[in-house]
Amino acid sequence: MGLLSKKNKEALNTPLFKENPVTVQVLGICSALAVTSKLEPAIVMGLSVTIIVAMANVIISLIRNTIPMRIRIIVQLVVVATLVTLVSEILKAFAYDVSVQLSVYIGLIITNCILMGRLEAFAMQNKPWPSFLDGIGNGVGYAMILVIVALFREFFGTGALLNIQIIPESFYEAGYMNNGLMLMTPAAFILIACIVWYQRAKDKSLQEK
Amino acid sequence: MEHFISLLVRSVFVDNMVFAFFLGMCSFLAVSKSVKTAIGLGVAVIFVQVITLPVNYLLQTKVLAADGILGVDLTFLAFILFIAVIAGIVQLVEMIVERFAPALYSQLGIFLPLIAVNCAIMGGSLFMQQRIGLPAENSQAITCLADSFAFAIGSGLGWMIAIVLFAAIREKIEYSNIPKPLRGLGIAFITVGLMAMAFMCFSGIKM
Repeated sequence: MGLLSKKNKEALNTPLFKENPVTVQVLGICSALAVTSKLEPAIVMGLSVTIIVAMANVIISLIRNTIPMRIRIIVQLVVVATLVTLVSEILKAFAYDVSVQLSVYIGLIITNCILMGRLEAFAMQNKPWPSFLDGIGNGVGYAMILVIVALFREFFGTGALLNIQIIPESFYEAGYMNNGLMLMTPAAFILIACIVWYQRAKDKSLQEK
Repeated sequence: MEHFISLLVRSVFVDNMVFAFFLGMCSFLAVSKSVKTAIGLGVAVIFVQVITLPVNYLLQTKVLAADGILGVDLTFLAFILFIAVIAGIVQLVEMIVERFAPALYSQLGIFLPLIAVNCAIMGGSLFMQQRIGLPAENSQAITCLADSFAFAIGSGLGWMIAIVLFAAIREKIEYSNIPKPLRGLGIAFITVGLMAMAFMCFSGIKM
């Protein structure tokens, strides 16, 4: 089983929890917070980032020996920008509503630190296949946090999930109210803080002194 | 002139890059441990923002737009061109600062390359691209080069205010007894959340 040897499995698994890009490596926070007021854009964003990280990792890993060290940042940026442009055009063509909701944040995937971070730290030193797995792992780890945050924000903020009403009408008649604050920016920060809190309470090795 | 000022004030407080759009969070969290470095990074961001945004504005309206000099709608190239301009200008600024202000360079040195991938810069350019089409009476509209300057100064300044305030709070937090799992990143997020709540009160201001 050469495809999923122990080392490759690690490349795929560690970014999910132990090295999660958002809560542990503190990468890609900007977009993680901005697109999470609804579940649908969060899923689309997570998916886009996963695809882009994986593809960029593979491309950079393939040409890693030919890139001069001094201009590697520019080369990386160009590869990423090209992929982001492609994804953005595809979204505009097939999922216009979501692309409007995501607005500038799709373009901001270019400056998403997860990409540059993984390209620098992993793809520049590894073969294409492990790089691909590392990209998928980090993308999924990122998407996971996005989905968790969006789940809470949409559920408590609007009483719906994926635009389908979950909390029944009778609750509202009995005096239940949506928490509008959940849709605002502060809730996103505080929810991420709670996730970090939970994760670090479980895994003491992540705690800062 | 009135529009210039209202756009400026609006982008500092109401449309604050950090608290309203979550932009530039990575360096915001990483470089806010002391007020001094926060000021340094803040100045660098304003500096780069004020140069890149008008350049990208000209690029967008004169070259990429359908009625530009090329006569073809090339707006899909915006991402690549904007990031190239930003990376190029950051490199240039770095070289100029290194040559003429070595003291400043040794302080900003590590932050300058970081700015190339700071979402606040790229985000500024992308928001500018979105706002060009807005009707002129909208206080967010960017209709001329002067407006793009106002937006650049405002968004850069807003970001700097945010990071300096946050660094000051963080310096004090150092001395408090925080639950272990919340130390560092966790409490930082909660602090930013509370600050964002405070900044939300600006959003009611009509301009």
